[in-house]
Amino acid sequence: MSAEQTISAPKLIVRDLNFYYGADRALKDINLVVPEKMVTAFIGPSGCGKSTLLRTFNRMYQLYPKQRATGEILLDGENLLDKRQDLNNLRAKIGMVFQKPTPFPMSIHDNIAFGVKLYENLSKHDMDERVEWALKKAALWNEVKDKLKQSGTGLSGGQQQRLCIARAIAVKPQVLLLDEPTSALDPISTAHIEKLIDELKKEFTIVIVTHNMQQAARVSDFTAYMYLGDLIEFGDTSTVFTNPKRKETEDYITGRFG
Amino acid sequence: MFDLYARRRAINVVTLSISVFTMAFGLFWLVWILWTLLEYGLPNLGLHVFTQTTPPPGSDGGLINAIFGSVMMTAVGVLIGTPIGILAGTYLAEFGQRGWLAPVTRFINDVLLSAPSIVIGMFVYEVYVAKVQHFAGWGGAFALAIIVVPVVIRTTENMLRLVPNSLREAAAALGAPQWKVITFVTLRGARAGILTGILLAIARVSGETAPLLFTALNNQFWSTNMNQPMANLPVVIFQFAMSPYDDWQGLAWAGALLITLSVLTLNIVARVIFRQKTNTQ
Repeated sequence: MSAEQTISAPKLIVRDLNFYYGADRALKDINLVVPEKMVTAFIGPSGCGKSTLLRTFNRMYQLYPKQRATGEILLDGENLLDKRQDLNNLRAKIGMVFQKPTPFPMSIHDNIAFGVKLYENLSKHDMDERVEWALKKAALWNEVKDKLKQSGTGLSGGQQQRLCIARAIAVKPQVLLLDEPTSALDPISTAHIEKLIDELKKEFTIVIVTHNMQQAARVSDFTAYMYLGDLIEFGDTSTVFTNPKRKETEDYITGRFG
Repeated sequence: MFDLYARRRAINVVTLSISVFTMAFGLFWLVWILWTLLEYGLPNLGLHVFTQTTPPPGSDGGLINAIFGSVMMTAVGVLIGTPIGILAGTYLAEFGQRGWLAPVTRFINDVLLSAPSIVIGMFVYEVYVAKVQHFAGWGGAFALAIIVVPVVIRTTENMLRLVPNSLREAAAALGAPQWKVITFVTLRGARAGILTGILLAIARVSGETAPLLFTALNNQFWSTNMNQPMANLPVVIFQFAMSPYDDWQGLAWAGALLITLSVLTLNIVARVIFRQKTNTQ
């Protein structure tokens, strides 16, 4: 990556973030800047906290009683960990796609309309247009345009995952969180999604968690290497992969560890 | 090496034989029961059963008042019990992670699930029949509702728990408030299972005798008034089967066959629905 890209505006700023599962401290004083309309990858061995970090960005942890975060995460300057911050509005701005495809038990059309309806009151015509727009963005339109009324659960795994991406972007978020989006998919579907990520970053800020280092190298502009809840190294992807500053990063990337 | 293999095969043959034998043992009684029911029930099952009311001994008659009463009280019981059961089951599955209320409710529900139905009959007798001072169809419906509730609570909770948590997270991640996540995503996902539970609850109550004996009692005549004693198949079967009259006993066989066939049908329908649904997912 060239140097000027690193100057791109910060979208998310993480300051002194700590995260606790009950008494366990899973993230330790994380400081990080996610640049706008770029792909930022979190890598590291299992249990290093990369998914935990991603899930603080939309406060997913609030579904569970004993999890809490301290510190600040600024989205365009606003602290989204602030209790006064409206959770539903926050999640309209920050979409998420999960490891396993999660189509809802309803038609393909309704899967996408579900999220849109939460925020916008569209006419049937406008909704149909939005559904088409989102499916086209997710490179799924051609495969499903004749069966929008069929159940989303009947699609193949790779299609389901693209449906989930379409569902997330239909809400028109600013940030897209991808939590190991291809780990349950075959290589062809994975290639589809990676190509898609490249397209999507023109419009969205993307943060991706992956346990596949080649994937991080292929799709991301910036990479954060995490280990045991610490952010070990963060920088632009080519530097982290070819000339890491820290020995731990080098050990992980060269496969000596992890 | 070969010894080990032979030993394994021997153990396999022995366990398989035991399993097949126990299955045959269980099936034997079931088939016998069904066979006896058909043998004595079919000859007595004519059109008159569905057109005439229960007769005095020695005259012609059928079971139409009892069939109607059973259907009526079961329907009302299920209509009362199902919403309570679904809502409570939803509470347990979706909100029951924190606090003490859910575990206590779950425990009490388990007790209720295995409570002898005669106790439930006596309870409704005490709080309803004794207060209004006459037996009535409403009492029967209430007693059946009390039996339906724990069955539906249990199946609803179990079926909702089968919905993967990732689905709840995905809906929440879109910014959906919890009530929307539950009504549009998790309950929809568990729809087939919950429906199955309701059908099984209907099957369960349609053969209950004890709770009706204390509440709806019986009625010789055609009556659609839920405030009056109401005829129903289980109590009529009980009364007629215990009688010394051949024609009454014949009607009891016909009634028993009817109940068994409808329970069997309900079970099969429930299974088909559940299987179809789980196959498409």
